[in-house]
Amino acid sequence: MCKNCETNPVILLTNNTKGLCKSCFFRYFERKFNKTIAQFKLISPNERIGVAISGGKDSLTLLYLLNKLKSKKRFTIEALLIDEGIKGYRDNTIKDAKKFCKELGVKLNIVSYRDEFGYPLDMMIKKLKMKPCSICGVFRRYLINRYSRKLKFNKIATGHNLDDEVQSVMMNQFRNNPEISARLGPITGIKDNKKFIRRIKPLYLLSEKEVTTYSYLKNFKLKFCECPYNTEAYRINVREFINKFEEKYPGTKHSIINSFLEILPDIKEKFRNAEEIRYCKKCSEPCSNEICKACEIRSKI
Amino acid sequence: MVKVFIEKENKKLNAKAKDIEELMKKLNINKEEVIVVRNNQLAPRNEKLNDSDEVKFLSVISGG
Repeated sequence: MCKNCETNPVILLTNNTKGLCKSCFFRYFERKFNKTIAQFKLISPNERIGVAISGGKDSLTLLYLLNKLKSKKRFTIEALLIDEGIKGYRDNTIKDAKKFCKELGVKLNIVSYRDEFGYPLDMMIKKLKMKPCSICGVFRRYLINRYSRKLKFNKIATGHNLDDEVQSVMMNQFRNNPEISARLGPITGIKDNKKFIRRIKPLYLLSEKEVTTYSYLKNFKLKFCECPYNTEAYRINVREFINKFEEKYPGTKHSIINSFLEILPDIKEKFRNAEEIRYCKKCSEPCSNEICKACEIRSKI
Repeated sequence: MVKVFIEKENKKLNAKAKDIEELMKKLNINKEEVIVVRNNQLAPRNEKLNDSDEVKFLSVISGG
């Protein structure tokens, strides 16, 4: 029985032998979402928030909940979708995203690799001897920042959830990359730099399983689909490792994030001036070298 | 026998188990990686199973 209202449960939460029914789960989930925004001061009144969506369950749940909250907290939203050009994958999720935005009445902006860089990702990987994720990650971040600025967003919200962040924290630990961990957290980017649009992660404390449960119960009707280029083997191994640990020792993921949040201000302070911010000679986007990574890859295509 | 569908592998099979938790152990499915739908209703893993139940394991992993 549900631990609050004695009706049929739909999910068991971490460390609980009693579950939550559908309506108590919705209350729990939405309260945690709103609390994350308040606790980490992710959104201020009158801000224009961009929502980076892919058409998957995380980003559509994010869009749905921000749309629900916007009047109460007095902010506005618009969606931004990056079309990498992955046949049989992104074209399907774009259909879901378009339908979803139309139903919510949220404006959707689509930016494609083909229009911006001349080729879709499917063609780029044939021309370049690089891993698809290395090309895609650089171009995606580049376009999200550039278009967030162009569309005058104060911040851009992404669908990163608890599992994504735990995996990143552990990957940086295993690889001894504390300076990369310094760029993590529920709000990232450089404050008071007009060229950088700060990123916020309102799903930060909600697990992948909770987000999937929410989107299923809300009937978002999303089919399972995985990017055909998903070859980030290291992350997949870390994910499996953490999930095995969580199954054996419930609460592990929250412990990792809580202890990370405890030390994050110190790591940020330590690496604050580690990298000088420069501006790309070709496109004037912020970067750490003379030429930004996106222009560097683009010149090889 | 319970009819099982594993979404990630697009696999159908029959199996015997007294509850969802036991079924997951038998099939080596991690509870963190799926949500469970029993007879078209979302169900927690401690739910008992009956013969002729239909159980779907839907993947929670994001596509990227």
